[in-house]
Amino acid sequence: MVVNASQPVLEMRGIDKRFPGVNALSKAALRLFPGEVHALMGQNGAGKSTLIKVLTGVETPDAGEIRLGNELVHPECVGHAQQLGISTVYQEINLCPNLSVAENIYIGRFPMRHGMVDWKRMQQDAVAALKALNVDVDVSLPLGHYPVAIQQMVAIARALSTDARILVLDEPTSSLDEDEVARLFDTLRGLKARGIAILFVTHFLDQTYAFSDRITVLRNGEFVGEYLAADLPRMALIEKMVGRAIEESAFARPAEDNNAEHAAQDTGAPLFSAQGLGKRGAVQPLDLEFRAGRVLGLGGLLGSGRTETARLLFGIDRADAGSVDCGGAKRQFRSPADAIRAGIGFCPEDRKTEGIVAELSIRENIVLALQARRGIFRYIPKRKQREIADRLIAQLGVRTPDAEKPIGQLSGGNQQKALLARWLATEPKMLILDEPTRGIDVAAKLEIMDMVKAQCRKGLAILFISSEMAEVLRVSDRIAVLRDRRKVGEIDGAGAQERDVFRLIAGAEQ
Amino acid sequence: MSRNRLFNPALLPLAVTSLLFVLTFGYGAVAYTGFLSSQVFLNLLIDNAFLVVVAIGMSLVILTGGIDLSVGSIIALVTMVSASLVEHHHWPVYVVVPLCLAIGAGFGALMGCLIHFFQLQPFIVTLGGMFLARGLCYVISIDSIEITDPAYMAIAHHKIMLWGENFISINVVIALAVVALGVFLAHYTRFGRTVYAIGGNERSAVLMGLPVGRTKILVYTFSGTCSALAGVVVTFYMLSGYGLHAQGMELDAIAAVVIGGTLLTGGVGYVAGSLVGVMILGVIQSLITFDGTLSSWWTRIAVGVLLCAFCLLQRGLEHGGKRQLAAA
Ligand SMILES: Nc1ncnc2c1ncn2[C@@H]1O[C@H](COP(=O)(O)OP(=O)(O)OP(=O)(O)O)[C@@H](O)[C@H]1O
Ligand SMILES: [Mg+2]
Repeated sequence: MVVNASQPVLEMRGIDKRFPGVNALSKAALRLFPGEVHALMGQNGAGKSTLIKVLTGVETPDAGEIRLGNELVHPECVGHAQQLGISTVYQEINLCPNLSVAENIYIGRFPMRHGMVDWKRMQQDAVAALKALNVDVDVSLPLGHYPVAIQQMVAIARALSTDARILVLDEPTSSLDEDEVARLFDTLRGLKARGIAILFVTHFLDQTYAFSDRITVLRNGEFVGEYLAADLPRMALIEKMVGRAIEESAFARPAEDNNAEHAAQDTGAPLFSAQGLGKRGAVQPLDLEFRAGRVLGLGGLLGSGRTETARLLFGIDRADAGSVDCGGAKRQFRSPADAIRAGIGFCPEDRKTEGIVAELSIRENIVLALQARRGIFRYIPKRKQREIADRLIAQLGVRTPDAEKPIGQLSGGNQQKALLARWLATEPKMLILDEPTRGIDVAAKLEIMDMVKAQCRKGLAILFISSEMAEVLRVSDRIAVLRDRRKVGEIDGAGAQERDVFRLIAGAEQ
Repeated sequence: MSRNRLFNPALLPLAVTSLLFVLTFGYGAVAYTGFLSSQVFLNLLIDNAFLVVVAIGMSLVILTGGIDLSVGSIIALVTMVSASLVEHHHWPVYVVVPLCLAIGAGFGALMGCLIHFFQLQPFIVTLGGMFLARGLCYVISIDSIEITDPAYMAIAHHKIMLWGENFISINVVIALAVVALGVFLAHYTRFGRTVYAIGGNERSAVLMGLPVGRTKILVYTFSGTCSALAGVVVTFYMLSGYGLHAQGMELDAIAAVVIGGTLLTGGVGYVAGSLVGVMILGVIQSLITFDGTLSSWWTRIAVGVLLCAFCLLQRGLEHGGKRQLAAA
């Protein structure tokens, strides 16, 4: 293929896609040039994933044209798109947990020998493909045995292992840590140098600016504009995505936050406290205190034991040391049901496998935990359910025509909001939020953080886990820092700087 | 890197099944004189050849996360069609057998198309197929049709001598060939791996660009063909066609597949396990025959207990596997 920078490899024009009740895309457009990294930006539900699905034959557009080079194409299915040279990593991990890691990379394009799948060569190739991404795992084990981050890397390795001329990555980095992201982008730079066009979606503005040459913005399914990354300042990008001006100060920690009014809560007995809670191989015994009206942030790198701590607190994994003190009574949670009865809610990190029930409606998903807590014999009347669902949908700004749609049809970020609504509906005393802003757009992130804060000020205790340190710093009243599955210190949230946390992580004792 | 770990947890149910078979057979050998002979073992194959054939087809269906309830009825239909064509119309065996296979394949393909194109539940579609095929038997005749055709008799009574006095029937050769074909398809072809992918997560399989629709239709076609072949085997074995043949065989086949270590939800298991599953059902049956005092319904009880035990074992393994990894 001749690399000709003035000629796009891909041009999508006037793409319309309607789903019942929603205009997911109307007159959307996109151009990709060879050898460029192109960021597709937009709020949750703007239609980014839908545009990608139209391009790769998962969804058929209602109108519009797709050109590859000079040729008009109509991708009919993913296999067809792959033949056309488009390789894709979808937003929701699209692999099979029961197949081995190696197979997940090569299925559909197995190396064959004498008409049979050549397992040996496939495994060697898989090891090599993963090594290029610096991932070292046993490729013969089923994929489901590995954590989300590894699965994500495997999905990426799969996409990279084809000779595609267009590589599409829909939020590939949302479950990766910084090292992994850096490695991924190193690899992408290599591909870019070979003239491959790369389209990626992310809600991390830092990554957009660090790696992309060009940016296309979608809003409400419409094409807003195409810009050179260098020409579009950050705040201007946000404005284009959101469609209104946002003050830069909104990203800073709100000034309201002075502890005077809540000082009493900081000295009295805590609502819950973990005392020497730990589990061999997961987290070393640690103490944590949760106070009404207070946000406790959990800082630490990926793999430092944040999620494991949350799982212990919620009884998903059973602690083998310590207990949780619930206002005087020492308790050992043997299952999530115990924790829910004690008034704890948990919004998990991996919404696809642990959170949403894709076939049920948004309303049913929202009342699920509330109904579970009341028991099946105290059925919540449908009218009441609707009331609760509608109130929370409005409060959290879930983008949907109505509460009766299957939740699986919501955009990724909106599913996350609905999940948050589920736990708010139970009116818990304490809420554990594990990566609540994952896959959520900038504006909605602010809303969610503010909402967390507002709920908290009504007397809820919150454990806030996020891999974005800036977020932890913005909302937390106190920050507990973990390193290597051990609590290494705790600092006051107000006035804390990122470097304070990193100093703890790096090893300086408090 | 590839196989250097001591034990792949996915192999455990298969290992347990095989061990169970050896133990049960060993028990028989100790408890009953005459049990420990190679012919008793070979008889297991001879008497269960048809079940092996259907179980292989069923394995692939279950691996996609589907189910095929029509297999028993297709067997009955094939025995009826064969018997009637051979006895009443004097068609030669080399025309009748391919025709029967074509009927089974067509039946399976039709059900596969309904399941794929209209997104219907496999349970319902194949339940419909089950009633339909069973009903068609009685359109041909409501009575049993005896087969006296010399070619059929010859094939049925042909003994393939192995060592000493030991022998197997042609049916056993057919069954073993189907096992080999099933293993080859499942583990060494793109088709087979797509079957596993669909069972693991159908949506993902679509997004990975795999030919999901085609594979699903083919799987039911394969199962239909296996059932028809099993019907041919039953015809040789029973030398008759009857609408009541193979009543409830679909459930025996499902039991054999599950005991053989395949997860009913799809995606996990080994096709060869189904052979062992059938052999376990067979050995329990022979134990009860050898005992002579127990009613044959004890087979059912034993199978019921085994099934529950295996489901528990698999559930336990799932948890164990996760925990092992968390600790690693
Ligand atoms: N299969 C579907 N059926 C009905 N509506 C759908 C379906 N898929 C997407 N939608 C709707 O289309 C709109 C666009 O969704 P899309 O997933 O493209 O958003 P997105 O830009 O990728 O958002 P996010 O950043 O949250 O991933 C949303 O309103 C969503 O609810
Ligand atoms: Mg999306």
